[in-house]
Amino acid sequence: MMENLIYIALFAPFVSSMFSALFGMSPRQTFVGIVASSLLFIAFASSATLAYHVYTTGHGLHVTMMDWISAGDLHIPFGFVVDQVSVTMMTVVTLVSTIVHIYSIGYMDHDKSFNRFFSYLSAFVFSMMILVMSDNFAGLFIGWEGVGVCSWLLIGFWYHKADVSREENPSISPSWAANEAFIVNRIADLGMLVGLFILYWNTGSLQYDVVFETLPSLSGSVLNAAAIFLFIGAMGKSAQFPLHTWLTDAMEGPTPVSALIHAATMVTAGVFLVIRANPLFSMEEVAGVSYFIAALGTFVAFFAASMALVNRDLKRIIAFSTLSQLGYMFAAAGLGAYWIALFHLAAHAFFKALLFLGAGNVMHAMHDELDIFKMGGLKKVMRGTYIYMGLASLALAGIPFFAGFFSKDAIIETAWNEGTIVLWAILVITAGMTAFYSFRQVFLTFHGDERYHEFGIHPHEMYKFVLVAMSPLALLAMVAGFGMGNFEHFVTHLLPEYHMSEHTHHLATILGLVVLVFAVGGIVYAYKKYAGGLKRDEALEESFIYKLLANQYYIPQFYEAFITKPYAMLSEKFWKFDTSVVDAIVDGIANFIYRSGDGSRKMQTGNLSNYLNWMAVGGVLLLVVAALSAMLG
Amino acid sequence: MIGLTHYLIVSALIFSVGLVGVLRRRNLLMLFFATEVMLNAVNIAFAAISHYYNDLTGQMFAFFVIAIAASEVAVGLGILIVLYKKHGSLDLDDLANMRG
Repeated sequence: MMENLIYIALFAPFVSSMFSALFGMSPRQTFVGIVASSLLFIAFASSATLAYHVYTTGHGLHVTMMDWISAGDLHIPFGFVVDQVSVTMMTVVTLVSTIVHIYSIGYMDHDKSFNRFFSYLSAFVFSMMILVMSDNFAGLFIGWEGVGVCSWLLIGFWYHKADVSREENPSISPSWAANEAFIVNRIADLGMLVGLFILYWNTGSLQYDVVFETLPSLSGSVLNAAAIFLFIGAMGKSAQFPLHTWLTDAMEGPTPVSALIHAATMVTAGVFLVIRANPLFSMEEVAGVSYFIAALGTFVAFFAASMALVNRDLKRIIAFSTLSQLGYMFAAAGLGAYWIALFHLAAHAFFKALLFLGAGNVMHAMHDELDIFKMGGLKKVMRGTYIYMGLASLALAGIPFFAGFFSKDAIIETAWNEGTIVLWAILVITAGMTAFYSFRQVFLTFHGDERYHEFGIHPHEMYKFVLVAMSPLALLAMVAGFGMGNFEHFVTHLLPEYHMSEHTHHLATILGLVVLVFAVGGIVYAYKKYAGGLKRDEALEESFIYKLLANQYYIPQFYEAFITKPYAMLSEKFWKFDTSVVDAIVDGIANFIYRSGDGSRKMQTGNLSNYLNWMAVGGVLLLVVAALSAMLG
Repeated sequence: MIGLTHYLIVSALIFSVGLVGVLRRRNLLMLFFATEVMLNAVNIAFAAISHYYNDLTGQMFAFFVIAIAASEVAVGLGILIVLYKKHGSLDLDDLANMRG
């Protein structure tokens, strides 16, 4: 019974994808979206049932569908494990994707590739399910690559748009952004692959349970190498510095894609990997790597938030905040609080998806305009969206009793508890920045003067069913935090427990208040500055820091100048080498055979006598060869 | 005393006669004669060597060669007759119609 549910949860998105693909080339069919959404809902219902089952029984399920690779000592089955960690991911993924599917029926309403969109979207969910459910690293890697491909397909969904200069659009074009995302991930995937090879070499298996059991018998250097390379893989998928540039450019994709893939699910795969491999990362020997993860996470949290402060693009601001929140998750995971990282992952998925879908509504209303400087005062026409985005921003800012408050506070408290005061301070400051930029965006979009009039835009609210479909996310963004105690109890069956020390416990209220002061301060500052309308500050916008932040620290330009261009030049050189040496040799051989054939064609006179003469020549030659070899040999 | 060497020299000479015939002659019938001459040169060598080693296998083989040569001539002559009826000539230079 439960086994069937596992297969339903896994394959319903696959069926949905195949079904939609049947209509991929035909014009828009609403029922394709409805069928896809229903199948996704079935997957969600199965996942939720499984979650309930695991919750009540307290132990996971493990099924093996079939053998996949069986060669020599290598034995990799198609096995799936539904335990506390994977079932959490399954539920979050299917819930958010069901809502995003329904949302897309409204959002992609006017798109001629409506059916194709659903096919890709469902294929993504299927890959993600494989990623989280697999019971071995090989299956995880297949899912990992699968989500990468779907992400590429979806970022480049509007592939027909032409390339423009970086000044006009920082991500140049959808196909450029898609390729960037894919290539950057490829670099990281190489690291991950090396990590998997190291594990396989030293443990003789890729099954999670076998690998984790063998870990204590391995040497420190092997463990460190495996941890480092696996984390490189995680860095690519979760867009950590220095592989972060692709995530903001990925905003070129349709907004539901940004909500599902580049905020709620796929980008958290890196965090998931670290959580899944917690027996490795929590070992004494790899403490250095874990500390590095925490430090990098903290750095990215701050770094991304700083870029969000001045950005004018609605979606990019949210993308930066995703980056920043992923940093928080890594900080928690690196400090050993795996369950807190997983909790923030789930809570973040809800409010971030809501935020993105809200942004999609705004985009839809503003005819694809994304510059928040051209909006303002939208709350009058878009009340529902305003409320949703406000709620999501409150959750993101960590205002008490919203989802983000509990999870982010726990992470910051962890940083204090571990005695890493520098990390703690940075995370607290970042919390303030988070509050500022999320409300800067809310106020600039929904409050103040109606700047859109001068651009001749007539905004309108999204379809009602879309707003209704978004309500579960809004609800979860508000109340998910109250499940924290239960959640801890649930996942610590599998994940290591993490307790705050007595000392931290006493200080918890004060620590929480400090964070709250920063968060509220950020909101108040944003309110003062932007709620009344947009007042451009020329001096500030011309300042060096502002320009630095607005240009993402010039990192994309740096990559282009120092990596992309030299690489292109090098490729050009190699191409020349290829044509002048490799091709020349191959062509030379072919030409020689052509010419010799052409020359010896004259032998074929049709005269038997000539042939006999040639035969005699051949015979004599053979005789000579035989004689020579007899003499020499 | 006539030894193996003498037989082999005769055989080689006759073979050369046949080979020159094959190379120089233009008439198909003459080519046939030439091949027969070569075959018989080989037969002489077979018989002589067989005798030298006291092994009958070589002579047996010579018989086979004679038998095969006879049947080959029968078939070959048949073809020649048909060719002559068709072209009115057995000169190889006239028969060359497969020029590449």
